[in-house]
Amino acid sequence: MIWVDAILQGVLAGGLYALFACGLSLMFGVMRIVNLAHGDFAVLAAFLAYSLISTTGVNLLWAAVLTVPVFAVFGYLVQRGLLNRAMNGGALPPLLATFGLSVLIQNSLLQGYTADSRALSPGRIGTASLQISSQISLSYLELLILGLAVLVLGGLEFYLSRGRTGRMLRAASDDPQAAGLVGGDPRHLYGIATALAFGTLALAGLLFAARSSVSPSSGPSELLFGFEAVVIGGLGSLWGTLLGGIALGVAQNVAGQANPAYTLLAGHLLFLLVLILRPEGLLPRRRLA
Amino acid sequence: MSTLLQIEGLTVRHGQLVALRDVSLTVDPGQVVAVIGANGAGKSTLLETVAGLLPAERGRVLLYGGKDVDGTDVTRLPAHRRLRAGIALVPEGRRLFPSLTVRENLLTGQYRKRPGPWDLPAAFELFPWLPERANQRASALSGGEQQAVALARALLGNPRVLLLDELSLGLAPVVIAAVYRTLPRIVAQGTAVLLVEQDVSLALRSADHVHCLLEGRIQLSGAPAALTAEEIEAAYFGVLRGAS
Repeated sequence: MIWVDAILQGVLAGGLYALFACGLSLMFGVMRIVNLAHGDFAVLAAFLAYSLISTTGVNLLWAAVLTVPVFAVFGYLVQRGLLNRAMNGGALPPLLATFGLSVLIQNSLLQGYTADSRALSPGRIGTASLQISSQISLSYLELLILGLAVLVLGGLEFYLSRGRTGRMLRAASDDPQAAGLVGGDPRHLYGIATALAFGTLALAGLLFAARSSVSPSSGPSELLFGFEAVVIGGLGSLWGTLLGGIALGVAQNVAGQANPAYTLLAGHLLFLLVLILRPEGLLPRRRLA
Repeated sequence: MSTLLQIEGLTVRHGQLVALRDVSLTVDPGQVVAVIGANGAGKSTLLETVAGLLPAERGRVLLYGGKDVDGTDVTRLPAHRRLRAGIALVPEGRRLFPSLTVRENLLTGQYRKRPGPWDLPAAFELFPWLPERANQRASALSGGEQQAVALARALLGNPRVLLLDELSLGLAPVVIAAVYRTLPRIVAQGTAVLLVEQDVSLALRSADHVHCLLEGRIQLSGAPAALTAEEIEAAYFGVLRGAS
């Protein structure tokens, strides 16, 4: 029974990994940019929400409602103002630019908030749980996070496959110049992709802080989980990312049940195994003919 | 009839190489203008510059329409803005989006469409085989089918000027004929066509007016009926038969 519990807890944890990682997948899928500051931006969102909550007294829900759109706009501006320019120079400059942002954000947060970790209180939902049997209980907060992750990834998938702009994002990913020839401004389309990525990473950052806590230096380790979820699931596939996040969560929790020392190691081992045995990921994007 | 597209003294440089020198030509509404020339004469460069993919060093590209007597100077606009102004390019190599289906490729053509007669049903009428292939990936089509989709994609934006870059390249003669047969129907809807073509006889058959490019300059211009085979040969190769 404890193993069933470990698997279920892993599935729940995986939802958040996937929610966090889908922005990475999106930015890489559309622009071939690896955003090394992805985790740090999520942590930044959590700290800004922390300040918002502690100064105005709003609850977590309202903080998220405010933070997510602000970060989406912020993402658009980062893409138009910085990353688009960096992309003109090839693949390396955007990597360096996001690495620089990562250092900048971590140190600014250290300066502004000290090295302490902070948590966001989710309210009563944080301690309530659904009792399934004497040994298994599922936290309502974690169920809510998984539900949100499925909703957000499903929404993104629908937007990309059915939406007018979503279709243009895929077109620009195939051939940005040809996208220009049908009237799409690649710089604007890239801005939209980054806006979506920043909106989702802000939501994930707040949920990280609500589920446990974040500190100014926790961005890079979150980024590692995000990468692993994306690669395990298959690059460029959002449902794959959800599956990858869940696989990562389950591996960590099951190994942690056996011995807590193996929690993180099991996740990394799963990542390596997938890279060796199935490098295209569990659920790769439909093969191009 | 008034001019629709005017190219004025266009000079384009690829690094050290001057690809186009002082090229001027006009395209009237409903007209098919062909530019012929050997490999490297600057044909594709001309279309890519008009479409906004390459910057012009000197010269202007003007688009006239409706009450726009002085013309809109589009020379400095990027490709996506020129499309909105009414210039659409069917690029060399077709450049379909390989991971999108045929239908999705067509729909991208409507992303910033202008008002006009071309919509999905009209495109399906032009190429009757399209509907049954609509849900296949564009990369699964044959070259001729891809060319048709690229043409339809450009039409769905309802351009005022359609630029066609080497429609015949790499296609079987029967397929080329089928694609070219659609031109009169496109022009009948009021769209003007500026095409470049390596196949001279094909260009002469389809066009109302022909320009021959040699090393980036217009060497010869005129209506196909008014030009002799010797004139065209001389302009195409830059030598007169028996002159050397």
